[in-house]
Parts: sequence; C-alpha cells; structure tokens
Amino acid sequence: MTSQPPAGVHLEPGDYTGSDPLVFTSSPARSPQVPSAPQARAPKTVEMTIDGAPVTVPDNVTILAACRSQGIDIPTLCTLSTLTPEGVCRMCVVDTGGRVLAPSCSARVGQGMTVWTDNDRVRHSRKLVLELLASSVDVDLAGPELPDGSIARYMAEYGADPSRFGPPSPPAPAGARDAAEAGHHEQPDGSVAERVAQPAKVDNDLFVRDYAKCILCYKCVEACGADAQNTFAISVAGRGFSARVSTEFDVGLAESACVFCGNCINVCPTGALMFRSEYELRRVGEWREDDQTVTRTICPYCGVGCTLELHVQDNRIVKVLSPLDAQVTSGNLCVKGRFGFDFVHVRPKGSDREA
Amino acid sequence: MDLRIADIAVSPAEREAVDAFLSPRIGTARGGWDGGERNIELDGRTARGGHEARSHRDLLLPTLHAVQDRVGWISPGAVAHIARRLTVPPAEIFGVATFYALLSTTERPSAAVHVCDDMACRLAGAEDICQQLEVTLGPAGHAQPGEQRTWHRSPCLGQCERAPAALFTIAGDPAIRVSTGPLDAPTILARLDDGVHGQGRLEAVEGPLGTAATPERLEQLRLLAPQAGQPGLRLLARIGRVDPTSLTAYLANGGYRALREAIAAGPERVIAEVTAAEVLGRGGAAFPTGRKWAAARAAEARPKNIVCNADEAEPGTFKDRVILEEDPFALVEAMTIAAFAVGAERGFIYLRGEYPLAEARMQNAIDRAREKGLLGRNVLDTGFDFEIEIRRGGGAYIAGEETALFESIEGDRPEPRSKPPFPVEVGLFGKPTVINNVETLANLPHIVRDGAAAYAATGTPGSRGSKLFSLSGHVARPGVYEVPFGTRLSDLIELAGGVRDGHQVKIVNIGGAAGSFVGPDRLDLPLTYEHARAEGVTIGAGAVVVFDETTDVLDILRRIAAFFRDESCGQCVPCRVGTVRQEELLARLIAHRPRGTVADELALLDELGRAMRDASICGLGQTANSAVASGLRVAGVLS
Ligand SMILES: Cc1cc2nc3c(=O)[nH]c(=O)nc-3n(C[C@H](O)[C@H](O)[C@H](O)COP(=O)(O)O)c2cc1C
Ligand code: SF4
Ligand code: SF4
Ligand code: SF4
Ligand code: FES
Ligand code: FES
Repeated sequence: MTSQPPAGVHLEPGDYTGSDPLVFTSSPARSPQVPSAPQARAPKTVEMTIDGAPVTVPDNVTILAACRSQGIDIPTLCTLSTLTPEGVCRMCVVDTGGRVLAPSCSARVGQGMTVWTDNDRVRHSRKLVLELLASSVDVDLAGPELPDGSIARYMAEYGADPSRFGPPSPPAPAGARDAAEAGHHEQPDGSVAERVAQPAKVDNDLFVRDYAKCILCYKCVEACGADAQNTFAISVAGRGFSARVSTEFDVGLAESACVFCGNCINVCPTGALMFRSEYELRRVGEWREDDQTVTRTICPYCGVGCTLELHVQDNRIVKVLSPLDAQVTSGNLCVKGRFGFDFVHVRPKGSDREA
Repeated sequence: MDLRIADIAVSPAEREAVDAFLSPRIGTARGGWDGGERNIELDGRTARGGHEARSHRDLLLPTLHAVQDRVGWISPGAVAHIARRLTVPPAEIFGVATFYALLSTTERPSAAVHVCDDMACRLAGAEDICQQLEVTLGPAGHAQPGEQRTWHRSPCLGQCERAPAALFTIAGDPAIRVSTGPLDAPTILARLDDGVHGQGRLEAVEGPLGTAATPERLEQLRLLAPQAGQPGLRLLARIGRVDPTSLTAYLANGGYRALREAIAAGPERVIAEVTAAEVLGRGGAAFPTGRKWAAARAAEARPKNIVCNADEAEPGTFKDRVILEEDPFALVEAMTIAAFAVGAERGFIYLRGEYPLAEARMQNAIDRAREKGLLGRNVLDTGFDFEIEIRRGGGAYIAGEETALFESIEGDRPEPRSKPPFPVEVGLFGKPTVINNVETLANLPHIVRDGAAAYAATGTPGSRGSKLFSLSGHVARPGVYEVPFGTRLSDLIELAGGVRDGHQVKIVNIGGAAGSFVGPDRLDLPLTYEHARAEGVTIGAGAVVVFDETTDVLDILRRIAAFFRDESCGQCVPCRVGTVRQEELLARLIAHRPRGTVADELALLDELGRAMRDASICGLGQTANSAVASGLRVAGVLS
C-alpha cells in the first residue's frame, strides 16, 4: 500500500494506482453501463408551485426530488438513494396546504400542487424534530447523505436547542433497553431528558453497534432485509421510545443470522454501526479523517467486480465502503470484500515492507 | 431468503401449541426447506420454499398467541420452531412479539393479571389495588422467585362501567382469559390462586354468562347498558332481550331480514342507500361510509376484503364491546351486507385481545351462521361466497389505526403505513379493503331495512342517526347509552344518573385520550360532529368520562401522557420522542419544578404539540397532545 497517491489526488476510472496489484480502479475497457429495461412509459410532467415559483417536473417523482431539481435544500435523515423511503424521521416535511405536513422524501408530486419548503410551519417542525433527536440520541456523527452529511449545519440553521428539554439522562445499563417490555416504562420525574444512551455492543471483531447513536431510521433493517441482503438478521423490536434495532432475543451477531456483509454499516447515517477498526481508533482519539486517503478499487476476490472504497490511515485499511452509485454493488458487498483485508497488512518476515 | 435458525430445543408444550394451530392450516411439514420429496430425475430435493412457504406469514400473530396462551411466554425455542414452520426469520418474529403488551418474550409465571390503572379505574381506586399487589407480588412485571403469580399495569381494558377492572390470563391447555370488575386486591389474589390451582371459579366470574333472556340477565346487563330492554333503541334494541348465542333467537327478532333485502335490491342500491343515509364512521374519524364503499366497489383488484375494526382501545370506550358480546349476529350480518355491496370475499374481525368474552361470542356467531349457509360458499343461494375470520389483537392501541391493523393481520409489526394509497385501493394483503368500526357496521342493517330516509330522520343534518356513548367516571350509572345525535352533553350525563349526590362536574373528557376536555360551562354542547368541530373538541368514538370536583386533574393528564408514550409505535420522531418529552414536562409541572417559569413550560408544551400534530405520521402522534393541552387549559390547574 505504499503506492497510494497523495491525499487529494483525484483518480479517474482506469487509473492505475501503483505497483500493488491489488489496488486499481475500475477499467475503462469494461462498459460501466448495465443494460436497463426499456422505458415503460412516456415521461409525463405536472405543473406545480414550489415556494411560490411555478415549475414543471416529471409526474412520478417525490416532492423531495422535485425540490432538489430546483436547487432547494431540504434536510433528510432517513432517506437514502438505494433504499425504500420509510418516511420516519420527519426532517424533510414540507407544507402542501394539508391538515398536516407531508414527508417530501416519500410523498409524490401532483398536478397543481402547492409546496412550501421553508415557511414557519415547516421550520418549526424541523426544528423540533432536530431538538427531539439531539436530546435523545448522540448525533455527533450523524448526517444525511445529501448534500454534505452534516446535521450540525441544520441544527444551526433551524436554531435547534436540544437543552430546552432538560439535561441529558445518564446512560442505561447494558441490556436494559433491550429488556424493556412493550407498554411499560418507569415514571419519569422530568428532571432529566431521557436518552437512548447505553454502552456499545461490541460482540465481534468486525463491527460495533453503538445504539446510543441510533436515530431508528430503519436503513440497516432495510439493507439487511428485502431491500438488499435478504438475510433478515436484525429487526426493529419493542415499541415507542423502547423501539430498537435487535437480533432475536438480543443474541450476539455471531449467533444470529448475520453474515457480516457490513451492508448495514454502509447505509447507517449516524455512526451507530461502525467498523471495529474505526471504533477502536476513535476510542483512543486516533481517528484522523483528514489524514486518510480513500482509494477506489475493485474487490480482488471473485468475478463479480464490486467497487470498493478503501479508507486508509497510517498505511492501514481502516474501513471499506462501496459507493451507493456503483453500478455493480449499489453500495453492497459481501464479507470478503468488506472485511477480508487483513492479509494486505501481513508482510513477509524480514522484508523491508514489514509492518 | 436464507433462514438461519438457531438450534434451540422447543419444549413439548410449545411444539404442541404451535403444531395444533398450524398443522390443520398449512400441513405438517417442518418448514419451507423441509418435507419436499426426493426427485430422482432431478436428483435433488424440491423445497417448498419461496412464495408458498412465505404465504402464511399472516398466521404469525395467531401462532404467537397459541404459544403465549399455552406456556405463558414465548421462548427462543418456540421462536425457532415457529421460524421453521412459517419460514419467517427469527429476528422478525422477535420484532413482532416484542411489540405487543400481551405477549412476553421473557419467562413469566403462568398466572398473570393485568390491572387497569386508566382514567375510570383510577377514580375507583386502582392505585390502591396496585400498591397492595406490589406488597404481595412485588413490583409490576417482576415476578418474585418461585412465585406462580404475576401482575402488570394495563391501560383501559374497555370495562370502565365496572371499574376497577382487570384481565386475568392463565396459561395452560386450555388457557383461561377473563376480563372482569369491579375488583379489589384480595379478590384479584384469590382469583389468581384459582387460576394457579385450576379451580373453575375464575372462568365463572365474568358476569352474565347465562345467555337466555331471563329477567335476572336483563338486570345484570343493565349494569353494562342501562337502557337495555327499553323501547325506541336501534343499536341496542336486542340487548338483554335476545340470546346472543342463538341464531334462532336472532332470526326470530328481525335478524337477516336486511341481508335478504340487500340481496333483492342489489349492490348498487345498497351503496346508494348507505350513501343517502349519510352515515359517518364511528371509529373516530367520521368518514362517510357510503363514499368508502363506493370506492372499494369501483376498485378493480381482487379479492377484496371487509375488515371490522373491533380493536376498541381508546381509553374510556367500551361501546363496541356491547355489540360484540350481546348482539354478535348483527355484526356477522352487517359484514355480509358490506361484502355483498362491495364485492368482497374475505372478512376479518380484528378483535381486541382484552375482550375474551366478545371473542367467544363472535366465534360462536360465525360458526352458527356458517352451519346455516349464511356464511361460506354460495350465501343464501345467491352464488356469492363470503367467509369471516377473527384475528385477536395483542395489546397495542396503535393496531386500531387502520393501516397498522392491516400490518398486524399480515404478521408484521403494526406500524401505520403512509397514506396514500388508501385502504379502498391498497389495503389488507395489498387488496382493496373496506375497514369499518363495529358500531358503523351495526348501523347498516337498519339502513338497509328501514331505508335511508327513515334512518336519517334521527339525528341532525350533519350527524345522522344515533350514537353509542360510553359513560364512565363519576356518574351514578356508568354504561353504554344510545342517544340521537344532537343530544346535549348535560342530558347524556343526566341519563347516566348525573354525578354523585352532593358533587359537581369539574371536567369532562370526550373522546378518550385522543379527545379533549370540556369544563362545566360547556355541558350544553350538542353532541354532533359539526358542533364538536365548531367548538374545537372531538366526539371521537364516543367516550365520555366525567370527573367531579374531588379529581386530581393533573394526575389524570399524567396518565394520558404516559398512555401515549407507551402506545406510540415508535416509527416517527415527533411521536416517539415527543410523547416522552411531554410526559417529562408534565412531571415537572406536577412536582412544581418547572424549567424556568410555568409559562415557559406551557409555551414549550405548545411548541411540542404543534410539531407532533403537524409532523407525526398517524393520528396517534397527531392527537397525543390534544387532551393534555386542553385539560391544562380547561382545568386552569396551573394558573
Ligand atoms: C391510534 C388510532 C387508534 C384507532 N383505534 C381504532 C379502534 O380501536 N377502533 C376503530 O374502529 N377505529 C380506530 N381508529 C380509526 C381507524 O383508523 C379507522 O378510521 C376506522 O376503523 C374506520 O372505520 P369507520 O369509518 O367505520 O369509523 C384508530 C385510529 C388511530 C389513529
Ligand atoms: S452485516 Fe449484513 S447480515 Fe449482518 S446485520 Fe449487517 S446487513 Fe445484516
Ligand atoms: S443503526 Fe444506523 S442505520 Fe440502523 S436504524 Fe440506527 S441509525 Fe439507522
Ligand atoms: S405518530 Fe406515533 S404511532 Fe403514529 S406512526 Fe408515528 S410513532 Fe407511530
Ligand atoms: S427523510 Fe423524509 S421522513 Fe426522513
Ligand atoms: S377499564 Fe379501567 S379505565 Fe376503562
């Protein structure tokens, strides 16, 4: 891995990254285009008004897509380009003049629709959603995919102040939130704002589940289930504030159906699901994103040809992602492509490249 | 899907409970990957995987009930066995089981009591009961080592006329499930002992179990529906007069005349009459039933479904229970008319898990009707097929929301779907579905038989017909009352005997936890949808809980706030976290420890309420602040 280009150098597809035969980006000889089904319907459009401006947009898109096509910034947390919209975080609400606000990530446009993306009603709900989330979840690493992965910017923009609901509660002991029974809770005295804080679940060498950071966006459950991996190792369990992502009876991942594909990590917007390597570096304060390089390459294992993004710090692979827009993977890998890179760090004894 | 199921032993009782329920329905194969035949030519096994094996997902909740009923909890071994037999991933089974308050995924004693500590029962001393149970049995939900009995707190059990009430569940073969009241702590403990020791007394306590229309029975029924036996009633006409277990008795008292007339008139005429009668849904949302039916009839996909929403879990509401328990054939007939009108082949009654007597009576009515060719293939020789199945809820208020209810029947977590699409297009099993409340359906035979004009002569222009109200709290004769729309709130309270002697009304809850409060100055409110709307209150499903001046209103509001926190499905942020913050804020006000001033707290509560109303996915989150906010305003407790 000595052949990394310096940080900041932009690689084009097909650029050869050096002498290490394992690291190269996708070859231009190979068509990046997967044949797609013929267009089933002639594109139709609708006319609508967004923030007072008349616009014409395709008739089958979400309000979010319509607004983004007009360059309007709408915050999202639980929507991801590769997964079915769940419409649960309610960050993306807009005012369509209805009795209640509409989730723009899943509500569709309609002929003659009037949409306000930034009026008082909308701003108020977004502010409260941010405050409620930040007062109950550790959102330090949280951020939406678009436009820039930062929740902090939105907190500032909407003037969200989570401390209005009181000082944070102490973390729950390990396992306590998993043992909660539906329909029951301890009566609060209101002196602290209850949080989902709890110790991280560190039950294997590959990745960590730190549900103190979980905003319950359902992305991991979708990715593990019918939207991608079809393994169904995890589900949302419990209900209300005790709802949580869980294996059956909270067994460790190794005992569950998990195949360690890490596809859940790839879609988690909060850092709740994290490579063990990243987790350990963060714990000792050694995680330095600015010093890392990201190299796009193709997985060396099988013939499928999945695109990998190797995150490298201090000459070690610390995290492997796959881009959501990669033709072959849509961000999904298998255990080998995701975690099988220890051998890269093993050098022959006595060699000048010994780690 | 490639299931990986842990190799955990299933106990003989668990296996028997699962297999006794599933085998008659899906055969005896162990699961999708088992039981295929060895095919020499293909040189392999043909798995029964794929769609066929997964098509029984809707049997998941009933299977979980079977295990819970038999063993008292759902163990990892039971989950593994169910996973194999239904080809459902264990994690998803766990996700479903942990959603419901009546299902347990931790070991608990077989004899359990769920003690109601909700509005009416609080007024009747439920907290005292809970404290005494805590002394004997330990804290709620934590059975002491070696103890064979356990207790839980419960939201309203729909037995408010006999507060304080409780639901007993004794696991076994057969299981005993009894909802009853009024109770005190010693009686509860004695009944639990009866259950533990298998003495039959517990089954016998549920009240008017005799069913023949005797004077004694009528007398007992007057505790539930005080007007029972009076002339001039429409929805309650048969209560106490007709044996609810006998189809013969039902037929002799006007039963099935409406279905015959509907068949003679044809579906279009039936829908036209229902539309002309302007009947509005009684489940809380007051949507025009005729419009719903017409849309479902026009939908093209097949098969269509009729669903009766009998999940009645709104605190203070027990009016559907009267029909389910005491006039079950009327509901079977009404659903059959609805099915005929919209062209549906399958009917489901989603019935509250806390209503065991209603379940028994409804199942009996369905079975008797099927025997006589009034259900099944070729109903009344018309060539139209219709079947009804009961699905038991698991203790989740949110499962009463129509789309959550579909998810529950389908074997998923009852989390509301986003609408559109609406149920009349994409409903249960993705098919066009009419979902109606029990009381809405109970109106239909009357409309069909008497005609829309006669029906609409009762009530007001905006609210046709009569309405069942559930009266509880500080009234002399709590119970279910039928009055024409337009009756004043004060007259309704008088009908229930007024408040106790020497006391005055302090505040009245209309519509339950999702409703709101009015003060004594607004008792002249005519009870109609249009008046309620104009006054900024809601009739909801017709709960009326009366509180006299001895009531600690803040304590009631706190119970409501706790209710919403417990019952939120947890999907969306404004409701999942908002209900927690609302309860915390109320706790600070009650403890006189506001953050900042009381006015600051009220302003924050108002901000919270606006976001919950505007940004929550479903009606639960959207209304979770309304009763609390209106209660604070009306009672003026903080000013
Ligand atoms: C949280 C929640 C709980 C509900 N519970 C019930 C219920 O228990 N019974 C019922 O009939 N409707 C209930 N509803 C209303 C249903 O969603 C639906 O509107 C109703 O079943 C339609 O029937 P109707 O048109 O005959 O009233 C509930 C709605 C919400 C939002
Ligand atoms: S690693 Fe893969 S199989 Fe395991 S929980 Fe995540 S998505 Fe599911
Ligand atoms: S763990 Fe991550 S992906 Fe999964 S629900 Fe929580 S925040 Fe979303
Ligand atoms: S409003 Fe509450 S109950 Fe309804 S979907 Fe949201 S979290 Fe669930
Ligand atoms: S992004 Fe639309 S609801 Fe979460
Ligand atoms: S049964 Fe207890 S309040 Fe309704």
